[in-house]
Amino acid sequence: MRRSLLFIPGNNPAMLQNADVFESDAVIIDLEDAVSISEKDSARNLVKNFLNSYRLPIEVIIRINGMDTDFYQADLEAIVSNNIDTILLPKANPRDLIKLDQILSKIEQKNGLTKKIGVIPIIELASSILDVREIATSPRVNGLLLGAEDLSSDLEVSRTLAGDEIFYARSMIAISCRAYNIDAIDTPFTDVRNEEGLLADSQKARGLGMNAKACIHPNQIDIVNKIFSPSKEQIEQALRILKAFENAQKEGKGVFSLDGKMVDKPIIERAKKTIDKAKRFGLI
Amino acid sequence: MKNVLNRFVPRGYIPFQGSKTIINSSKRKLIPEVYTSNANKLCGSLAEVFDKLNITDGMTLSFHHHLRNGDYCLNMVMQEASKRGIKNLTLAPSSLFPVHAPLVPLIENQTVTKIYTNYLNGPVAKTISEGKLKELLVMQTHGGRARAIEAGELSIDVAFVAAPAADKKGNANGVDGPSACGALGYAIPDVKYAKKVVIITDNLVENLDYIEIDEKYVDYVVVVDKIGEQSGIVSGTTKITRDPVALKIARNTAQLLNELGLIKNGFSLQTGAGGTSLAVASEVKKIMLEKNITASFASGGITAYFVEMLEAGLINELWDVQCFDLEAVRSYKVNKKHYGMSSSKYANPYEEDVVVNKLDFVILGATEIDLNFNVNVTTDSKGLLIGGSGGHSDTAAGANVTIITTPLIKSRIPIIKKELTTISTPGEDVDVLVTERGIAINPKRTDLLDKLQNSKLNILPIEQLLEISYQYTGIPEPIKKSDKVIGVVEYRDGTIIDSIYKLGED
Repeated sequence: MRRSLLFIPGNNPAMLQNADVFESDAVIIDLEDAVSISEKDSARNLVKNFLNSYRLPIEVIIRINGMDTDFYQADLEAIVSNNIDTILLPKANPRDLIKLDQILSKIEQKNGLTKKIGVIPIIELASSILDVREIATSPRVNGLLLGAEDLSSDLEVSRTLAGDEIFYARSMIAISCRAYNIDAIDTPFTDVRNEEGLLADSQKARGLGMNAKACIHPNQIDIVNKIFSPSKEQIEQALRILKAFENAQKEGKGVFSLDGKMVDKPIIERAKKTIDKAKRFGLI
Repeated sequence: MKNVLNRFVPRGYIPFQGSKTIINSSKRKLIPEVYTSNANKLCGSLAEVFDKLNITDGMTLSFHHHLRNGDYCLNMVMQEASKRGIKNLTLAPSSLFPVHAPLVPLIENQTVTKIYTNYLNGPVAKTISEGKLKELLVMQTHGGRARAIEAGELSIDVAFVAAPAADKKGNANGVDGPSACGALGYAIPDVKYAKKVVIITDNLVENLDYIEIDEKYVDYVVVVDKIGEQSGIVSGTTKITRDPVALKIARNTAQLLNELGLIKNGFSLQTGAGGTSLAVASEVKKIMLEKNITASFASGGITAYFVEMLEAGLINELWDVQCFDLEAVRSYKVNKKHYGMSSSKYANPYEEDVVVNKLDFVILGATEIDLNFNVNVTTDSKGLLIGGSGGHSDTAAGANVTIITTPLIKSRIPIIKKELTTISTPGEDVDVLVTERGIAINPKRTDLLDKLQNSKLNILPIEQLLEISYQYTGIPEPIKKSDKVIGVVEYRDGTIIDSIYKLGED
């Protein structure tokens, strides 16, 4: 369960040093777009040595180079260890995900990993939208990340502040993730100085069922965490519902009402989820 | 000789004994104010002033720093002194900036042999760090300078006062004219107690609507083409930082202040002008708006951000000793609730009703802090002079809660040290250190620790914060210090809190 995932360029020591300073739920160390081709080797070495030296207390995700490049295998060889949790795969498709699972299994075995590395595919091709159910159920996948910039290129449409062009993609990802109980992670908001825009964009994503958002600047984390956390009022209401449910159970009632409204199983389940989230994020 | 903090004190100076020891056990010393008997004040040039005042070898000349890095006056006066071959001058500028680089050769050729100041950076600072000033540099605090002047300890022969507006009788202010710089708070003790006072202006007017410096103190008025560059007033960064580490520190600081109950109706505050300080102010403002409360006053050097809060009704009064930007200059001129104050009213330890003592909290910076919360703002970790206390020690001593905000690591150097390069402010007056990786509370403030018992903030012993920084930087090798003392850090009571050493050879 995540709310905020912070991208950090894999070739920037000062930013790596502060990776866990901000309150993101996960950090995505980027070996792909943030690193120019001439720096791929040095970034890989930097990240590997950094992770060997510092145990980050949050989820560590590595965005490797796509499986259509010459770099992804070296990325995986260098980076897969107990120091990381998840691989973020660009331009994901079902075939590559099966291949990635096989490679990861081999490296895990070879390096004696004590944990299984997860995978978050990036949905950034029109074809991936069509394959999203298959991608969501591929091995190791525990979340999907919408890559709206590349998706818009693929669709040959412009990105807009309103985001109508990604409405379907967001909805598709959100529904698929909910169906398979994995994280629906929204695309980053790229105008890092526009806090109001970030707020509106996050609200829209959440409204469509996304439960997390990638951030490309630490200053975005606070807003994203706020939007994707249950509010104080929601937590209070959920606690009241669960308390009323507990009382109803003691009294042997199957159905009960609160504030004049009938409370049934979906409402109770939702209240439980809210409280789980609140506990997970240290809100209660 | 060592002082109570175990720091070396050169012979002839009084060692520091604790922040309140001398102040609580002694009375204010005041020499009489000096009034002029001169009626014909207008001079055609600085040369004429030098002739009339017979400025000669060994005199002490003072200056204020309200034009900051835009000041032309100190250089103008020193050029005249140099032209005349005057030697062994003592200078007492309230601060020195890079613009004062022309002083460097005058230090080297002993036109200037001693300097008293509160803050310095740039080429002059480097020259002094290299050991080129003949006598010891004396770094005072803003309040300490006012105290030393009124007590006659820092005896000024001639105070040269750059004034953005003046009349021929010698009345002056800082708010009118092309070089307006706002409040002239640091010049006030010089004007009252210097043996002679010279106003230097580029804006001679018939009448002044507002008089900050009274003619009764002023001996001469000299008109020059330009006293300074207004754009040079702006103090470093006066905009809220975008640096995410600094913003996190600011958020944590505001949350801490809130949990300590310090953001309450009628509270008072002071922050510096730097980006992090303003970010703290911005976070505090958010809490104020949420709670619908107002602050009674903010003090110190004033920036546009505080002007905005005053105009929005969030702060009732500004107490301004110097304006840090042009928006503050504008406000100081027009807003009746934007008061000026002398450096004495601001920070003199003996002043009755001194402003720093009324502060609920102050947010300050540090270049180094040790495990006893002693703070260095005078030198960098190599010993190079890069600043000075200014009002640091004064506000730390006065405010109820003194908070240092700083990243744990700057340029790969840990900020927490086992031993400081230079002590500027004693740890007994420093209560909290806020960094991006945790907050340390001075153990002597058990009252604060009690209030924070159930806090979700990451509160750690300062020793643990040091260990965390070592995880990233390793343990730094000690930097070779020269044995040659080139200056002293004078605490606000006139005692010596530390010595300053010549830069070590690299």
